[in-house]
Amino acid sequence: MKTYQQINDRIESGKAVVLTADEIMDYVDKKGLAATAKEVDVVTTATFGPMCSSGCFLNFGHSRPKIRMSEAWVEDVLVYTGIAAVDVYLGATQLRHGDPANMYHPGEFRYGGGHVIEDLVAGKTLQLFALSYGTDCYPLRELRTYFTIDDLNQAVMVNPRNCYQNYNVAVNDSDKTIYTYMGTLDPNRKNANYCSAGQLSPLLNDPFYEVIGVGTKVWLAGAHGHVYAEGTQHAGACERTPGGIPKSGAGTLALTGDMKQMRPEFVRGVTLRGYGVSLALGVGIPIPILNEDVLKRTCVRDRDIMTPVVDYGHEYPQNTGKVITYVSYEQLRSGRIEIEGKEISVGSLSSYYKALQIANLLADEIKRGEFILAEPIEPLAKDKKMKPLLMRKKPS
Amino acid sequence: MSETVTRKLMLFFPKCECEKPIIYHLVKDYNLVVNVYRAKVTPEEEGYLVLDVTGTEEDIDKAMAFVRTFNVSINYSGKGVVRDEEICTHCGHCITHCPTDALYIADQARREVGYSEAKCIECLACIRVCPFNACASAF
Repeated sequence: MKTYQQINDRIESGKAVVLTADEIMDYVDKKGLAATAKEVDVVTTATFGPMCSSGCFLNFGHSRPKIRMSEAWVEDVLVYTGIAAVDVYLGATQLRHGDPANMYHPGEFRYGGGHVIEDLVAGKTLQLFALSYGTDCYPLRELRTYFTIDDLNQAVMVNPRNCYQNYNVAVNDSDKTIYTYMGTLDPNRKNANYCSAGQLSPLLNDPFYEVIGVGTKVWLAGAHGHVYAEGTQHAGACERTPGGIPKSGAGTLALTGDMKQMRPEFVRGVTLRGYGVSLALGVGIPIPILNEDVLKRTCVRDRDIMTPVVDYGHEYPQNTGKVITYVSYEQLRSGRIEIEGKEISVGSLSSYYKALQIANLLADEIKRGEFILAEPIEPLAKDKKMKPLLMRKKPS
Repeated sequence: MSETVTRKLMLFFPKCECEKPIIYHLVKDYNLVVNVYRAKVTPEEEGYLVLDVTGTEEDIDKAMAFVRTFNVSINYSGKGVVRDEEICTHCGHCITHCPTDALYIADQARREVGYSEAKCIECLACIRVCPFNACASAF
Protein backbone atom coordinates (compact mmCIF):
# COMPACT_ATOMS: atom_id res chain seq x y z
CA MET A 1 0.00 0.00 0.00
CA LYS A 2 1.24 3.46 -0.94
CA THR A 3 -0.35 6.87 -0.61
CA TYR A 4 -0.36 9.72 -3.12
CA GLN A 5 1.87 11.64 -0.73
CA GLN A 6 4.46 8.83 -0.60
CA ILE A 7 4.45 8.52 -4.39
CA ASN A 8 4.77 12.29 -4.84
CA ASP A 9 7.64 12.41 -2.33
CA ARG A 10 9.45 9.81 -4.43
CA ILE A 11 8.73 11.78 -7.61
CA GLU A 12 10.02 15.01 -6.05
CA SER A 13 13.21 13.33 -4.88
CA GLY A 14 13.74 12.00 -8.42
CA LYS A 15 13.53 8.39 -7.26
CA ALA A 16 10.15 7.35 -8.64
CA VAL A 17 10.00 4.13 -10.63
CA VAL A 18 7.81 4.70 -13.67
CA LEU A 19 6.81 2.31 -16.46
CA THR A 20 4.42 2.68 -19.38
CA ALA A 21 1.21 0.64 -19.68
CA ASP A 22 2.92 -0.98 -22.66
CA GLU A 23 5.78 -2.29 -20.50
CA ILE A 24 4.15 -3.08 -17.17
CA MET A 25 2.59 -6.48 -18.02
CA ASP A 26 5.88 -8.12 -19.02
CA TYR A 27 7.50 -6.61 -15.94
CA VAL A 28 4.83 -8.05 -13.65
CA ASP A 29 5.04 -11.43 -15.40
CA LYS A 30 8.74 -11.47 -14.59
CA LYS A 31 8.79 -10.00 -11.08
CA GLY A 32 5.36 -10.90 -9.72
CA LEU A 33 2.49 -8.66 -8.67
CA ALA A 34 3.46 -8.12 -5.02
CA ALA A 35 7.10 -7.20 -5.67
CA THR A 36 6.19 -4.91 -8.59
CA ALA A 37 3.48 -3.13 -6.57
CA LYS A 38 6.12 -2.29 -3.97
CA GLU A 39 8.73 -1.21 -6.51
CA VAL A 40 6.77 0.68 -9.19
CA ASP A 41 5.24 4.05 -8.30
CA VAL A 42 3.49 5.08 -11.50
CA VAL A 43 2.27 3.49 -14.74
CA THR A 44 1.71 5.95 -17.57
CA THR A 45 -1.18 5.55 -20.02
CA ALA A 46 -1.86 7.55 -23.16
CA THR A 47 -3.97 7.98 -26.24
CA PHE A 48 -3.83 10.02 -29.45
CA GLY A 49 -6.82 10.27 -31.74
CA PRO A 50 -9.66 12.43 -33.02
CA MET A 51 -11.70 13.84 -30.13
CA CYS A 52 -14.55 15.85 -31.62
CA SER A 53 -15.83 17.19 -28.33
CA SER A 54 -12.85 19.53 -27.91
CA GLY A 55 -12.43 23.25 -28.06
CA CYS A 56 -11.04 26.26 -26.26
CA PHE A 57 -11.89 29.50 -24.56
CA LEU A 58 -9.90 32.48 -25.79
CA ASN A 59 -9.71 35.92 -24.21
CA PHE A 60 -8.54 38.63 -26.59
CA GLY A 61 -8.29 41.59 -24.21
CA HIS A 62 -9.92 44.91 -25.11
CA SER A 63 -9.43 46.98 -28.24
CA ARG A 64 -9.50 50.79 -28.23
CA PRO A 65 -12.35 51.68 -28.49
CA LYS A 66 -13.88 48.61 -26.90
CA ILE A 67 -16.11 46.04 -28.58
CA ARG A 68 -18.67 43.56 -27.19
CA MET A 69 -18.23 40.86 -29.82
CA SER A 70 -21.64 39.51 -30.81
CA GLU A 71 -20.40 37.48 -33.77
CA ALA A 72 -16.78 36.56 -34.46
CA TRP A 73 -14.65 34.40 -36.69
CA VAL A 74 -11.05 33.22 -36.34
CA GLU A 75 -9.57 32.39 -39.74
CA ASP A 76 -13.17 32.53 -41.01
CA VAL A 77 -14.21 29.82 -38.55
CA LEU A 78 -17.20 30.91 -36.45
CA VAL A 79 -16.59 31.10 -32.71
CA TYR A 80 -19.22 31.28 -29.97
CA THR A 81 -19.62 34.75 -28.51
CA GLY A 82 -22.58 34.27 -26.17
CA ILE A 83 -20.33 34.94 -23.19
CA ALA A 84 -18.44 38.04 -21.97
CA ALA A 85 -17.37 40.85 -24.31
CA VAL A 86 -14.04 39.54 -25.59
CA ASP A 87 -14.28 35.87 -24.55
CA VAL A 88 -15.05 33.31 -27.25
CA TYR A 89 -15.31 29.52 -27.48
CA LEU A 90 -13.80 27.89 -30.52
CA GLY A 91 -15.07 24.36 -31.23
CA ALA A 92 -13.08 21.63 -33.00
CA THR A 93 -15.79 20.59 -35.46
CA GLN A 94 -16.84 24.07 -36.61
CA LEU A 95 -16.49 24.44 -40.39
CA ARG A 96 -14.88 27.41 -42.06
CA HIS A 97 -17.37 30.00 -43.34
CA GLY A 98 -18.40 29.14 -46.89
CA ASP A 99 -17.24 25.52 -46.72
CA PRO A 100 -19.59 23.65 -49.06
CA ALA A 101 -19.75 20.78 -46.51
CA ASN A 102 -21.35 17.79 -48.24
CA MET A 103 -23.01 19.83 -50.98
CA TYR A 104 -20.63 18.05 -53.38
CA HIS A 105 -20.48 14.64 -51.73
CA PRO A 106 -18.10 13.52 -50.33
CA GLY A 107 -17.01 16.94 -49.07
CA GLU A 108 -13.31 17.64 -48.58
CA PHE A 109 -13.45 19.52 -45.24
CA ARG A 110 -9.90 20.77 -45.48
CA TYR A 111 -10.01 23.38 -42.70
CA GLY A 112 -12.08 24.04 -39.60
CA GLY A 113 -12.00 24.56 -35.85
CA GLY A 114 -9.53 21.74 -35.20
CA HIS A 115 -7.11 23.26 -37.70
CA VAL A 116 -7.45 26.72 -36.13
CA ILE A 117 -6.58 25.17 -32.74
CA GLU A 118 -3.56 23.43 -34.33
CA ASP A 119 -2.40 26.70 -35.94
CA LEU A 120 -2.91 28.61 -32.70
CA VAL A 121 -0.76 26.16 -30.70
CA ALA A 122 1.83 26.18 -33.50
CA GLY A 123 2.21 29.93 -32.95
CA LYS A 124 0.84 31.02 -36.34
CA THR A 125 -0.60 34.46 -36.96
CA LEU A 126 -4.39 34.23 -37.26
CA GLN A 127 -7.12 36.64 -38.31
CA LEU A 128 -9.89 37.73 -35.97
CA PHE A 129 -12.99 39.33 -37.47
CA ALA A 130 -15.72 40.46 -35.09
CA LEU A 131 -19.03 42.29 -35.34
CA SER A 132 -21.15 43.94 -32.69
CA TYR A 133 -24.43 45.82 -32.33
CA GLY A 134 -22.61 48.49 -30.30
CA THR A 135 -23.42 49.65 -26.78
CA ASP A 136 -22.68 52.76 -24.74
CA CYS A 137 -19.85 50.97 -22.96
CA TYR A 138 -18.64 48.98 -26.00
CA PRO A 139 -19.10 51.30 -28.99
CA LEU A 140 -16.95 49.56 -31.65
CA ARG A 141 -19.12 47.68 -34.15
CA GLU A 142 -16.56 45.96 -36.37
CA LEU A 143 -12.99 44.78 -35.91
CA ARG A 144 -10.42 42.95 -38.00
CA THR A 145 -6.97 42.19 -36.57
CA TYR A 146 -4.23 39.61 -36.52
CA PHE A 147 -2.92 37.80 -33.47
CA THR A 148 -0.89 34.86 -32.18
CA ILE A 149 -1.45 32.79 -29.05
CA ASP A 150 1.11 35.01 -27.25
CA ASP A 151 -1.17 38.02 -27.70
CA LEU A 152 -4.06 36.33 -25.87
CA ASN A 153 -4.64 36.72 -22.16
CA GLN A 154 -5.94 33.16 -21.92
CA ALA A 155 -6.14 30.25 -24.34
CA VAL A 156 -7.62 27.41 -22.31
CA MET A 157 -8.59 24.13 -23.86
CA VAL A 158 -11.89 22.89 -22.41
CA ASN A 159 -12.98 19.55 -23.81
CA PRO A 160 -16.35 18.17 -22.71
CA ARG A 161 -15.48 14.64 -23.87
CA ASN A 162 -12.08 13.01 -24.39
CA CYS A 163 -10.51 9.62 -23.75
CA TYR A 164 -13.42 7.29 -24.52
CA GLN A 165 -12.80 4.18 -22.44
CA ASN A 166 -13.43 1.84 -25.38
CA TYR A 167 -14.90 2.33 -28.85
CA ASN A 168 -16.75 0.62 -31.71
CA VAL A 169 -15.08 -0.99 -34.67
CA ALA A 170 -16.83 0.37 -37.74
CA VAL A 171 -17.67 -1.66 -40.85
CA ASN A 172 -20.00 -0.97 -43.75
CA ASP A 173 -22.50 -3.66 -44.74
CA SER A 174 -24.18 -1.51 -47.38
CA ASP A 175 -23.33 -1.74 -51.08
CA LYS A 176 -21.78 1.73 -51.43
CA THR A 177 -18.78 3.50 -49.90
CA ILE A 178 -19.70 5.54 -46.82
CA TYR A 179 -17.88 8.48 -45.26
CA THR A 180 -18.09 8.56 -41.48
CA TYR A 181 -16.40 9.97 -38.40
CA MET A 182 -14.78 6.52 -38.27
CA GLY A 183 -13.21 7.20 -41.67
CA THR A 184 -13.98 5.97 -45.16
CA LEU A 185 -15.63 2.55 -45.14
CA ASP A 186 -15.72 0.45 -48.27
CA PRO A 187 -18.93 -1.43 -49.20
CA ASN A 188 -19.75 -5.02 -48.31
CA ARG A 189 -17.63 -5.09 -45.16
CA LYS A 190 -14.37 -4.76 -47.08
CA ASN A 191 -12.51 -2.85 -44.36
CA ALA A 192 -12.88 -2.06 -40.67
CA ASN A 193 -11.71 0.95 -38.65
CA TYR A 194 -11.12 1.18 -34.93
CA CYS A 195 -10.13 4.10 -32.70
CA SER A 196 -8.48 3.34 -29.37
CA ALA A 197 -5.02 2.90 -27.94
CA GLY A 198 -6.24 -0.39 -26.39
CA GLN A 199 -3.92 -1.60 -23.65
CA LEU A 200 -2.28 1.83 -23.47
CA SER A 201 -5.55 3.77 -23.20
CA PRO A 202 -6.11 5.55 -19.83
CA LEU A 203 -9.55 4.29 -18.78
CA LEU A 204 -8.86 0.73 -19.97
CA ASN A 205 -6.10 0.66 -17.36
CA ASP A 206 -8.49 1.87 -14.68
CA PRO A 207 -11.73 0.17 -15.72
CA PHE A 208 -13.63 0.87 -12.48
CA TYR A 209 -12.43 4.51 -12.11
CA GLU A 210 -10.53 3.70 -8.93
CA VAL A 211 -7.74 6.22 -9.48
CA ILE A 212 -8.79 8.48 -12.36
CA GLY A 213 -11.44 10.94 -11.20
CA VAL A 214 -12.34 14.62 -11.13
CA GLY A 215 -9.18 16.48 -10.20
CA THR A 216 -6.72 13.95 -11.66
CA LYS A 217 -3.78 15.75 -13.23
CA VAL A 218 -3.25 14.84 -16.88
CA TRP A 219 -0.73 15.50 -19.62
CA LEU A 220 -2.78 17.30 -22.26
CA ALA A 221 -0.71 17.71 -25.41
CA GLY A 222 2.28 18.62 -23.24
CA ALA A 223 0.43 20.96 -20.86
CA HIS A 224 -0.30 19.92 -17.30
CA GLY A 225 -4.09 19.91 -17.25
CA HIS A 226 -6.70 18.05 -15.31
CA VAL A 227 -9.98 16.17 -15.39
CA TYR A 228 -12.62 18.81 -14.55
CA ALA A 229 -15.72 16.59 -14.72
CA GLU A 230 -16.96 13.28 -16.03
CA GLY A 231 -17.05 13.52 -19.82
CA THR A 232 -20.31 13.91 -21.71
CA GLN A 233 -21.96 10.55 -22.46
CA HIS A 234 -19.99 8.99 -19.58
CA ALA A 235 -21.78 5.67 -19.03
CA GLY A 236 -19.83 3.36 -16.77
CA ALA A 237 -22.75 0.98 -16.26
CA CYS A 238 -22.35 -1.22 -19.29
CA GLU A 239 -21.67 -4.80 -20.27
CA ARG A 240 -18.18 -5.88 -19.17
CA THR A 241 -15.84 -8.82 -19.75
CA PRO A 242 -15.30 -11.23 -16.82
CA GLY A 243 -12.14 -9.17 -16.16
CA GLY A 244 -14.23 -6.00 -15.82
CA ILE A 245 -13.29 -4.35 -19.11
CA PRO A 246 -16.20 -2.46 -20.69
CA LYS A 247 -17.42 -3.97 -23.97
CA SER A 248 -18.60 -0.59 -25.27
CA GLY A 249 -17.69 3.10 -25.08
CA ALA A 250 -18.44 3.40 -21.33
CA GLY A 251 -16.45 6.08 -19.48
CA THR A 252 -15.27 9.45 -20.77
CA LEU A 253 -13.34 12.39 -19.30
CA ALA A 254 -13.80 16.15 -19.52
CA LEU A 255 -10.33 17.68 -19.74
CA THR A 256 -8.86 21.14 -19.55
CA GLY A 257 -5.37 22.58 -19.93
CA ASP A 258 -3.44 25.74 -20.82
CA MET A 259 -2.90 25.85 -24.59
CA LYS A 260 0.11 28.11 -24.18
CA GLN A 261 1.97 25.13 -22.67
CA MET A 262 0.96 22.68 -25.43
CA ARG A 263 3.17 21.06 -28.05
CA PRO A 264 1.92 21.40 -31.63
CA GLU A 265 2.77 17.83 -32.66
CA PHE A 266 0.08 16.60 -30.24
CA VAL A 267 -2.66 19.06 -31.28
CA ARG A 268 -3.63 18.27 -34.85
CA GLY A 269 -6.53 19.32 -37.05
CA VAL A 270 -8.37 16.42 -38.63
CA THR A 271 -10.05 16.18 -42.02
CA LEU A 272 -12.60 13.41 -42.42
CA ARG A 273 -13.70 13.22 -46.03
CA GLY A 274 -17.48 13.32 -46.39
CA TYR A 275 -17.92 13.86 -42.64
CA GLY A 276 -16.27 17.01 -41.36
CA VAL A 277 -13.38 18.35 -39.33
CA SER A 278 -12.14 17.47 -35.88
CA LEU A 279 -9.15 17.67 -33.59
CA ALA A 280 -6.71 14.87 -32.78
CA LEU A 281 -5.24 15.26 -29.36
CA GLY A 282 -2.57 13.57 -27.31
CA VAL A 283 -3.47 12.76 -23.70
CA GLY A 284 -1.34 11.04 -21.09
CA ILE A 285 -2.64 10.02 -17.67
CA PRO A 286 -0.47 8.68 -14.84
CA ILE A 287 -1.80 5.84 -12.71
CA PRO A 288 -0.43 5.84 -9.17
CA ILE A 289 0.33 2.28 -8.10
CA LEU A 290 -1.37 2.54 -4.72
CA ASN A 291 -1.78 -1.22 -4.27
CA GLU A 292 -1.72 -4.57 -6.03
CA ASP A 293 -5.29 -4.22 -7.33
CA VAL A 294 -4.53 -0.97 -9.10
CA LEU A 295 -1.36 -2.51 -10.54
CA LYS A 296 -3.20 -5.62 -11.67
CA ARG A 297 -5.64 -3.55 -13.72
CA THR A 298 -2.81 -1.75 -15.53
CA CYS A 299 -1.58 -5.16 -16.72
CA VAL A 300 -4.50 -5.43 -19.16
CA ARG A 301 -3.44 -6.68 -22.57
CA ASP A 302 -4.91 -6.06 -26.00
CA ARG A 303 -6.10 -9.66 -26.14
CA ASP A 304 -8.27 -9.10 -23.02
CA ILE A 305 -10.04 -6.02 -24.37
CA MET A 306 -13.11 -6.79 -26.46
CA THR A 307 -14.83 -4.21 -28.61
CA PRO A 308 -18.06 -4.32 -30.64
CA VAL A 309 -18.08 -4.43 -34.43
CA VAL A 310 -20.92 -2.24 -35.70
CA ASP A 311 -22.38 -1.69 -39.18
CA TYR A 312 -22.18 2.03 -39.96
CA GLY A 313 -24.05 1.48 -43.23
CA HIS A 314 -27.38 0.93 -41.49
CA GLU A 315 -27.38 -0.08 -37.81
CA TYR A 316 -25.36 2.84 -36.40
CA PRO A 317 -27.20 5.64 -38.24
CA GLN A 318 -30.57 4.10 -37.37
CA ASN A 319 -29.49 3.72 -33.71
CA THR A 320 -30.57 0.09 -33.50
CA GLY A 321 -27.76 -0.85 -31.10
CA LYS A 322 -27.05 -4.04 -33.07
CA VAL A 323 -23.58 -5.52 -32.63
CA ILE A 324 -22.24 -7.93 -35.29
CA THR A 325 -19.63 -9.50 -33.00
CA TYR A 326 -16.86 -8.63 -30.56
CA VAL A 327 -13.15 -8.65 -31.44
CA SER A 328 -10.04 -8.02 -29.35
CA TYR A 329 -7.49 -5.24 -29.87
CA GLU A 330 -4.89 -7.94 -30.42
CA GLN A 331 -6.88 -9.10 -33.45
CA LEU A 332 -7.38 -5.51 -34.62
CA ARG A 333 -3.72 -4.60 -34.30
CA SER A 334 -2.73 -7.64 -36.37
CA GLY A 335 -4.25 -5.75 -39.32
CA ARG A 336 -6.86 -8.39 -40.18
CA ILE A 337 -9.97 -9.69 -38.46
CA GLU A 338 -12.23 -12.54 -39.45
CA ILE A 339 -15.98 -12.09 -39.16
CA GLU A 340 -18.47 -14.73 -40.28
CA GLY A 341 -15.75 -16.51 -42.27
CA LYS A 342 -14.63 -13.39 -44.12
CA GLU A 343 -11.22 -11.76 -43.69
CA ILE A 344 -11.39 -7.99 -43.35
CA SER A 345 -8.45 -5.59 -43.42
CA VAL A 346 -8.26 -3.25 -40.45
CA GLY A 347 -7.26 0.40 -40.27
CA SER A 348 -7.22 2.78 -37.34
CA LEU A 349 -7.91 6.43 -36.59
CA SER A 350 -6.08 6.39 -33.29
CA SER A 351 -2.28 6.42 -33.38
CA TYR A 352 -0.63 3.84 -31.12
CA TYR A 353 2.72 5.21 -32.28
CA LYS A 354 1.92 8.68 -30.89
CA ALA A 355 0.26 7.25 -27.76
CA LEU A 356 3.44 5.32 -27.00
CA GLN A 357 5.49 8.48 -27.51
CA ILE A 358 3.22 10.31 -25.03
CA ALA A 359 3.36 7.52 -22.42
CA ASN A 360 7.16 7.69 -22.59
CA LEU A 361 7.29 11.51 -22.49
CA LEU A 362 5.04 11.54 -19.42
CA ALA A 363 7.09 8.77 -17.78
CA ASP A 364 10.26 10.83 -18.36
CA GLU A 365 8.67 13.97 -16.89
CA ILE A 366 7.62 12.05 -13.77
CA LYS A 367 11.07 10.48 -13.41
CA ARG A 368 12.65 13.95 -13.64
CA GLY A 369 10.36 15.13 -10.86
CA GLU A 370 8.55 17.60 -13.14
CA PHE A 371 5.08 16.06 -13.01
CA ILE A 372 3.49 15.66 -9.58
CA LEU A 373 0.32 13.57 -9.29
CA ALA A 374 -2.97 14.97 -7.97
CA GLU A 375 -5.43 12.97 -5.94
CA PRO A 376 -8.98 13.09 -7.33
CA ILE A 377 -11.43 15.21 -5.39
CA GLU A 378 -14.44 13.25 -6.64
CA PRO A 379 -14.78 9.81 -8.26
CA LEU A 380 -16.38 9.24 -11.68
CA ALA A 381 -19.86 7.70 -11.61
CA LYS A 382 -19.94 3.93 -12.01
CA ASP A 383 -23.69 3.49 -12.31
CA LYS A 384 -24.62 5.85 -15.15
CA LYS A 385 -26.26 4.62 -18.34
CA MET A 386 -26.47 6.40 -21.66
CA LYS A 387 -29.91 7.86 -22.33
CA PRO A 388 -31.26 8.27 -25.87
CA LEU A 389 -33.01 11.40 -27.12
CA LEU A 390 -36.74 10.76 -27.27
CA MET A 391 -38.68 12.41 -30.07
CA ARG A 392 -41.83 13.50 -28.27
CA LYS A 393 -44.95 15.28 -29.43
CA LYS A 394 -45.51 18.67 -27.78
CA PRO A 395 -47.27 18.04 -24.47
CA SER A 396 -50.84 19.32 -24.58
CA MET B 1 21.99 -11.05 -72.40
CA SER B 2 22.57 -8.95 -69.28
CA GLU B 3 20.08 -8.85 -66.44
CA THR B 4 17.14 -6.50 -66.63
CA VAL B 5 16.21 -4.05 -63.92
CA THR B 6 13.12 -1.93 -63.26
CA ARG B 7 13.35 1.75 -62.36
CA LYS B 8 10.53 4.02 -61.27
CA LEU B 9 10.86 7.49 -62.72
CA MET B 10 9.03 10.77 -62.75
CA LEU B 11 9.59 12.87 -65.86
CA PHE B 12 8.81 16.54 -66.21
CA PHE B 13 8.31 17.81 -69.75
CA PRO B 14 8.71 21.54 -70.24
CA LYS B 15 6.35 23.36 -72.57
CA CYS B 16 8.29 22.85 -75.78
CA GLU B 17 8.73 19.08 -75.38
CA CYS B 18 5.17 17.94 -74.77
CA GLU B 19 4.32 17.06 -78.32
CA LYS B 20 7.29 14.76 -78.92
CA PRO B 21 6.73 10.97 -78.72
CA ILE B 22 9.66 10.40 -76.37
CA ILE B 23 8.24 7.30 -74.68
CA TYR B 24 7.76 5.67 -78.07
CA HIS B 25 11.52 5.91 -78.64
CA LEU B 26 12.25 4.33 -75.24
CA VAL B 27 10.43 1.22 -76.46
CA LYS B 28 11.47 1.26 -80.09
CA ASP B 29 15.14 2.33 -79.88
CA TYR B 30 16.20 1.31 -76.35
CA ASN B 31 14.26 -1.96 -75.89
CA LEU B 32 12.64 -0.76 -72.69
CA VAL B 33 9.39 -2.14 -71.32
CA VAL B 34 7.41 0.84 -70.03
CA ASN B 35 4.54 0.85 -67.57
CA VAL B 36 2.89 4.24 -67.18
CA TYR B 37 1.19 4.88 -63.82
CA ARG B 38 0.05 8.43 -64.22
CA ALA B 39 0.40 11.25 -66.72
CA LYS B 40 -0.80 14.81 -66.83
CA VAL B 41 -0.59 17.67 -69.29
CA THR B 42 -1.23 21.08 -67.75
CA PRO B 43 -2.99 24.01 -69.45
CA GLU B 44 0.50 25.57 -69.65
CA GLU B 45 1.38 22.60 -71.90
CA GLU B 46 3.83 21.17 -69.42
CA GLY B 47 3.71 17.48 -68.78
CA TYR B 48 4.28 15.06 -65.90
CA LEU B 49 4.71 11.34 -66.26
CA VAL B 50 5.33 8.63 -63.67
CA LEU B 51 6.39 5.30 -65.10
CA ASP B 52 8.41 2.13 -64.64
CA VAL B 53 11.04 1.29 -67.22
CA THR B 54 12.42 -2.24 -67.44
CA GLY B 55 15.56 -3.10 -69.40
CA THR B 56 19.28 -3.63 -69.04
CA GLU B 57 21.23 -1.05 -67.02
CA GLU B 58 23.02 -0.08 -70.20
CA ASP B 59 19.84 0.44 -72.21
CA ILE B 60 18.26 2.45 -69.38
CA ASP B 61 21.35 4.69 -69.12
CA LYS B 62 21.37 5.29 -72.88
CA ALA B 63 17.63 5.95 -72.88
CA MET B 64 17.98 8.49 -70.07
CA ALA B 65 20.79 10.23 -71.92
CA PHE B 66 18.41 10.42 -74.89
CA VAL B 67 15.58 11.77 -72.70
CA ARG B 68 17.88 14.47 -71.32
CA THR B 69 18.59 15.81 -74.81
CA PHE B 70 14.97 17.05 -74.78
CA ASN B 71 15.29 19.21 -71.68
CA VAL B 72 13.14 16.72 -69.80
CA SER B 73 14.00 16.48 -66.11
CA ILE B 74 14.21 13.04 -64.57
CA ASN B 75 13.39 12.31 -60.94
CA TYR B 76 14.78 8.85 -60.22
CA SER B 77 12.94 8.38 -56.97
CA GLY B 78 9.67 8.50 -58.87
CA LYS B 79 7.96 10.70 -56.32
CA GLY B 80 4.55 11.32 -57.86
CA VAL B 81 3.01 10.77 -54.44
CA VAL B 82 4.83 12.18 -51.45
CA ARG B 83 4.21 11.41 -47.81
CA ASP B 84 5.37 14.02 -45.33
CA GLU B 85 6.72 12.10 -42.35
CA GLU B 86 6.48 15.18 -40.14
CA ILE B 87 2.75 15.46 -40.77
CA CYS B 88 1.93 11.73 -40.60
CA THR B 89 0.67 10.66 -37.16
CA HIS B 90 0.91 6.93 -37.95
CA CYS B 91 -2.79 6.40 -37.28
CA GLY B 92 -2.98 3.80 -40.04
CA HIS B 93 -6.23 4.90 -41.68
CA CYS B 94 -4.52 4.75 -45.09
CA ILE B 95 -3.43 1.13 -44.74
CA THR B 96 -6.69 -0.52 -45.81
CA HIS B 97 -7.16 1.88 -48.70
CA CYS B 98 -3.73 1.33 -50.27
CA PRO B 99 -4.21 -1.40 -52.90
CA THR B 100 -0.54 -2.41 -53.19
CA ASP B 101 0.61 -2.21 -49.55
CA ALA B 102 2.91 0.68 -50.44
CA LEU B 103 1.66 2.09 -47.13
CA TYR B 104 2.17 -0.56 -44.49
CA ILE B 105 2.82 -1.15 -40.80
CA ALA B 106 6.62 -0.99 -40.63
CA ASP B 107 6.87 -1.79 -36.93
CA GLN B 108 4.08 -3.90 -35.45
CA ALA B 109 4.95 -3.20 -31.80
CA ARG B 110 4.84 0.57 -32.21
CA ARG B 111 2.33 0.57 -35.11
CA GLU B 112 4.60 2.78 -37.17
CA VAL B 113 3.42 3.40 -40.73
CA GLY B 114 5.98 2.99 -43.51
CA TYR B 115 5.83 4.01 -47.17
CA SER B 116 7.49 2.17 -50.02
CA GLU B 117 7.67 4.43 -53.07
CA ALA B 118 8.59 1.52 -55.31
CA LYS B 119 5.26 -0.18 -54.59
CA CYS B 120 3.12 2.94 -55.11
CA ILE B 121 0.98 2.81 -58.26
CA GLU B 122 -0.18 6.41 -57.86
CA CYS B 123 -3.88 5.66 -57.35
CA LEU B 124 -4.04 8.64 -54.94
CA ALA B 125 -6.36 6.84 -52.49
CA CYS B 126 -4.14 7.89 -49.55
CA ILE B 127 -4.50 11.55 -50.48
CA ARG B 128 -8.28 11.26 -50.27
CA VAL B 129 -8.41 9.37 -46.98
CA CYS B 130 -5.57 10.81 -44.87
CA PRO B 131 -7.13 12.72 -41.93
CA PHE B 132 -3.98 14.84 -41.59
CA ASN B 133 -3.29 15.55 -45.27
CA ALA B 134 0.12 13.87 -44.92
CA CYS B 135 0.05 12.54 -48.50
CA ALA B 136 0.17 14.82 -51.53
CA SER B 137 0.63 14.58 -55.27
CA ALA B 138 3.68 16.18 -56.86
CA PHE B 139 1.42 17.23 -59.76
